[in-house]
Amino acid sequence: MALLRLSLKYAKDYWLFIILVVILQLAATIAALYLPSLNARIIDEGVAKGDTDFIWSTGMTMLLVCFVQVVTAIAAIYFGARTGMGVGRDLRRAIYRQVDELSMLEVGKFGSATLITRNTNDVQQVQMLVLMTLNFMVSTPIMCIGGIIMALREDVGLSWLVWVAVPVLFVVVAILVYLLMPLFRRMQDQVDDINGVLREQITGIRVIRAFVREPFETDRYADANRALTETSVKVGNLFVLMFPAIMMILHLATAAVLWFGGHRVDAGQMEVGSLTAFLQYLLQILVAVMMGVFMMMMIPRAVVCAERIAEILDARTTMTIPEGVDELPRRGELEFRNVTFGYPGAEVPVLEGLNFTAEPGTTTAIIGSTGAGKSTIVNLIPRLIDPQIGEILIDGIPVSAFNRHQLARLIGLVPQKPYLFSGTIATNLRFGNEDATDEELWEALRVAQADDFVSEKEDQLEQGVAQGGTNYSGGQRQRLCIARALTVKPQIYVFDDSFSALDVATDSRLRAALSESTEEATVIVVAQRVSTIREADQIIVLEAGKIVGRGTHEELAESNPTYRAIVESQLTAEEVN
Amino acid sequence: MTNDTSTENAVSTDDEYMPSGEELEMSGGTPPRKAKHFWPSVKRLFGLMASEKMGLINVVALVVGSVVLTVIAPKVLGKAMDVVYSGIIGAQLPAGANIDDIISGARAEGRDDFADMLATADVVPGEGIDFTALGQIIIIVLLMYLVASMLMWAQGYILNALVMRVVYRLREDIERKINRLPLRYFDTRQRGDVMSRVTNDVDNIQQALQQAFSQLVQSALTIIGIGVMMFIVSWQLALLALIALPLSAIIAGIIGTRSQKLFKAQWKHTGEVNGHVEESFSGLDIVRAFGRDEVMLEEFDRRNESLYAASAGAQFVSGMIMPSMQFVSYLSYVLIAVAGGLKVATGQMTLGDATAFIQYSREFSQPISEMAGVANMLQSGVASAERTFELLDADEEDPDEVEQTLPPRTPGKVTFSEVSFRYDPQTPLIEKVSFTADPGHTVAIVGPTGAGKTTLVNLVMRFYEITGGRIILDGIDVRELSRADLRSHVGMVLQDAWLFEGTIAENIRYGRLDATDEEVIAAAQATMVDRFVRQLPDGYDTVIDADGGSVSAGERQLITIARAFLADPSLLILDEATSSVDTRTEVLVQQAMAALRTDRTSFVIAHRLSTIRDAHTILVMEDGAIVEHGSHDELLAAGGAYHRLYMSQFRGEDAEEHFTTEVLAETDADAVDIADTESPTNT
Repeated sequence: MALLRLSLKYAKDYWLFIILVVILQLAATIAALYLPSLNARIIDEGVAKGDTDFIWSTGMTMLLVCFVQVVTAIAAIYFGARTGMGVGRDLRRAIYRQVDELSMLEVGKFGSATLITRNTNDVQQVQMLVLMTLNFMVSTPIMCIGGIIMALREDVGLSWLVWVAVPVLFVVVAILVYLLMPLFRRMQDQVDDINGVLREQITGIRVIRAFVREPFETDRYADANRALTETSVKVGNLFVLMFPAIMMILHLATAAVLWFGGHRVDAGQMEVGSLTAFLQYLLQILVAVMMGVFMMMMIPRAVVCAERIAEILDARTTMTIPEGVDELPRRGELEFRNVTFGYPGAEVPVLEGLNFTAEPGTTTAIIGSTGAGKSTIVNLIPRLIDPQIGEILIDGIPVSAFNRHQLARLIGLVPQKPYLFSGTIATNLRFGNEDATDEELWEALRVAQADDFVSEKEDQLEQGVAQGGTNYSGGQRQRLCIARALTVKPQIYVFDDSFSALDVATDSRLRAALSESTEEATVIVVAQRVSTIREADQIIVLEAGKIVGRGTHEELAESNPTYRAIVESQLTAEEVN
Repeated sequence: MTNDTSTENAVSTDDEYMPSGEELEMSGGTPPRKAKHFWPSVKRLFGLMASEKMGLINVVALVVGSVVLTVIAPKVLGKAMDVVYSGIIGAQLPAGANIDDIISGARAEGRDDFADMLATADVVPGEGIDFTALGQIIIIVLLMYLVASMLMWAQGYILNALVMRVVYRLREDIERKINRLPLRYFDTRQRGDVMSRVTNDVDNIQQALQQAFSQLVQSALTIIGIGVMMFIVSWQLALLALIALPLSAIIAGIIGTRSQKLFKAQWKHTGEVNGHVEESFSGLDIVRAFGRDEVMLEEFDRRNESLYAASAGAQFVSGMIMPSMQFVSYLSYVLIAVAGGLKVATGQMTLGDATAFIQYSREFSQPISEMAGVANMLQSGVASAERTFELLDADEEDPDEVEQTLPPRTPGKVTFSEVSFRYDPQTPLIEKVSFTADPGHTVAIVGPTGAGKTTLVNLVMRFYEITGGRIILDGIDVRELSRADLRSHVGMVLQDAWLFEGTIAENIRYGRLDATDEEVIAAAQATMVDRFVRQLPDGYDTVIDADGGSVSAGERQLITIARAFLADPSLLILDEATSSVDTRTEVLVQQAMAALRTDRTSFVIAHRLSTIRDAHTILVMEDGAIVEHGSHDELLAAGGAYHRLYMSQFRGEDAEEHFTTEVLAETDADAVDIADTESPTNT
């Protein structure tokens, strides 16, 4: 029912257009229905009585009716297109805004891939259904009812033919559609299967050849091919039945009208013109019914899409964005106070009772194996997620008191995955600070050791960046992400495993430059490898969401068993042979 | 620089943004592609069906029969109308009177039209409708339609099976072709492009063959048939009806071109909106952390609004086609009704013929508009066929020239003598490489990215064929072996841990298909897989899916090692992973690889010092040549390239002097880490 709810809600703004569509379609349909009746009068009053003048004048009327028909039909299409596409636009806007409201936790539950599909493909489906409904489905019932009324006007005695022909056609088409739908779905699955096998063959080509598994793969493929072909043949066989069956029903109806109508004409109960008119109406009704059934095939798919869209729009966000504080903190002391975070429904929290303070002018490193909760800490600082218990404070002010803009000015995040946006180097660097001058950008690039490869190219700061930054190497991207954070000139820097793709030379130069330019800032470094963090003022060792040690490298290497285990595991990895 | 310029930049790049094919796919359609060589491709497409000639002849014959019957039926049905009409007129006339008397009577009264009409109608005065005749005609017509429908169904049935056979074979050919194409084909092309040739394009061909073919024949025949019938019934009315033809062509032309242009705009804007959605949703954490929400939102609204304008326009214009065509058909209906009415009233035509004609004119417009659709489908089908044929025509690997075979187990002595390899004659990738790997020895290959390390091991596998020199395995030139024989003696563990969608057990068994469950588990135990598999709820039946949610990257790597272990090859090629897997799994991977190397000649593309140190031979490669080889200690003592490489990892300052490429630095990042972590224990 999500489909109905969504369409009603989002079509509401277009009520005027929709009413216009209905009126115009009504007019167009009435005009179309009027034609056979006029034609009947040409036969009865013109032809049969030999009145050529009447034929001419009725012909002119018919032309006029035609003209009305085409004008109203096109106008209806116009408003239909506006409405359908408008609903699509509004849905996309609503989803985009909704996603903007959700916390990263809630976004993560959906996954960005499905959010993208839902805001593109799914909306497209719903929007096409709305369009088709307005273009065709509105006129179908009008055509049916109008056709029946007109047919009855011509002759009530033959009306039973309508009651027989319409259900017969409906049932036959519905049965075929009913048989086809599951086969279609199966065929789609099998198409996915066979494409999946091929995709694996292409992605795994080296492995397949190395193991000489071509025959095995060929068998696997042949199975998929056979299954798909079998279903396709079945679908095709039903499909080729459809058209002849429908045509046969239409012809039977025609014959019946002639036969039974003939009797009524002979008995003087009906005029011959009415007979032809009745025939045309019956055919018009049947065609409308057929169209209606085919249109209904679109509904199941759109229903699924609508449900997926509704799921996003119905999601309730737990995160509220405040107005913000009047004055931004100046020092940038970061404190975790009794912070506990767990995923809803999970038995064990990811972080439990975390307490630490990072002072301005110092570097705090966080280390621990995967799953220890390092990324969660990173996400908590810029308030991408909220803790269940406890607070994160900047100079004593909880992060939940700042609005997003303010937090962005305070915190410079360098993410683990170096993601850049399509645009230019300059637009990417100005991501967090629109007002940065070119000199400031170059300065940030110099510190991040990225000035060399940026200045190498002709376009300098204006050189293009592809979506995700894929036209730069991993190391270049990482340095650009660092420069992006530096451009913000924040009080707090958060580096999430951000030096992994750098070589030693660059790494050491970068660190030297960084420590100079972040001298007064609070620096948080999350790392997997001991080598990256040895010089930190404070190292926090994380295990299973709890702090199990803190101190300098020397202190911890001396006394902390978990830290030692990490150090040793990284050594054994090399020493194992 | 100020705010304004930066937004300007954003705009200018937006305009450059080209939606990729996949994005367009997602938006529900791609702009129709045009075939480069239309007719040759059409010819070849039909060539695919050459073996189905008999079937095709049957199909055409059945279509002809069906169309002929369908086309004649309205004319016969018109006779039924005449019977009814004559009956009515007849009933109005005095019974027993002579029809000629009545006609001359009518003329005498000056009712010439009526007289003319009576003269043409087959009227018996005083008699009503002749139901025997009417019944006969109706039954004949119904029989004609019944037979036509059955013929139509039969041709559809035959054609369907036929097309599916052809498509089945085409798919089969493609899969075989994939197995025969040299690796180079895949290396030099975008994966997505190859994928779409073997999937979407084949679907497209199927659709074109299935629908376009029969509809084309049917529509063309129907148009001809109806045209002929219309001229038979009344040539004047036929000419009138033909006016509709150019009229609909003009309308279709004008609106069609216009709507195609608008659709292109719609696709472009769809791509832009989708691109923006993709980008802002994938990088959402960054967008938020940098307080960029509002700017992104504004940009989205701007693009969304343009998409709305473009698509509303496109949908409107394309939606106009149907009512316009209908208008033309109504128009000709009116003209025919009036003209026909006049002719019947003046006795130049019977009423039955007039109704038959009206039906013809209605059926005339349908195949014409169908033809337009078929033309589109055919065009895209032929373009797809062309792309598929390109794949099928690509050069294959040279066939094996088998002169020798290897025993199931071979010692594994590998000799490269003066081996050279180049893709294109100008750029050498491997130049005159010579070395020997003794049985059971480990050969480590080091050097910057692009030095040819991967190429070198690919030559051992004969993934690429060498262009000079010889590679000798236990005294046999590898070119004298069949590829399958050679490769089944070599195990390979690659960086990208490729697994197929199946259970863990199936994936390990991939190494040796006839292995028992016990052997699979034994291999898993030897390679540290067993431990984590037992922790999974489904154990060895855990399904590895495409995104590999159930197992981590390191665990995938372990499974590929188990797979190679089970294969028990004489020779081994290991490409060490550079991606940072978590430290504990990494230890396991190292141990598993060590287990695998035992007693086998191994080539290791090394990223870690540990492997390098233990190797019997280290090959240092630069620019496709081996610049040094020897053991770790020898090479260090020699103080050459290896020494520099080794030292650079301790003292970063030197690194760039010798290996200036950016990429190199990144691949060696892991080794760098090792160097760093090791130093505390050294001191």
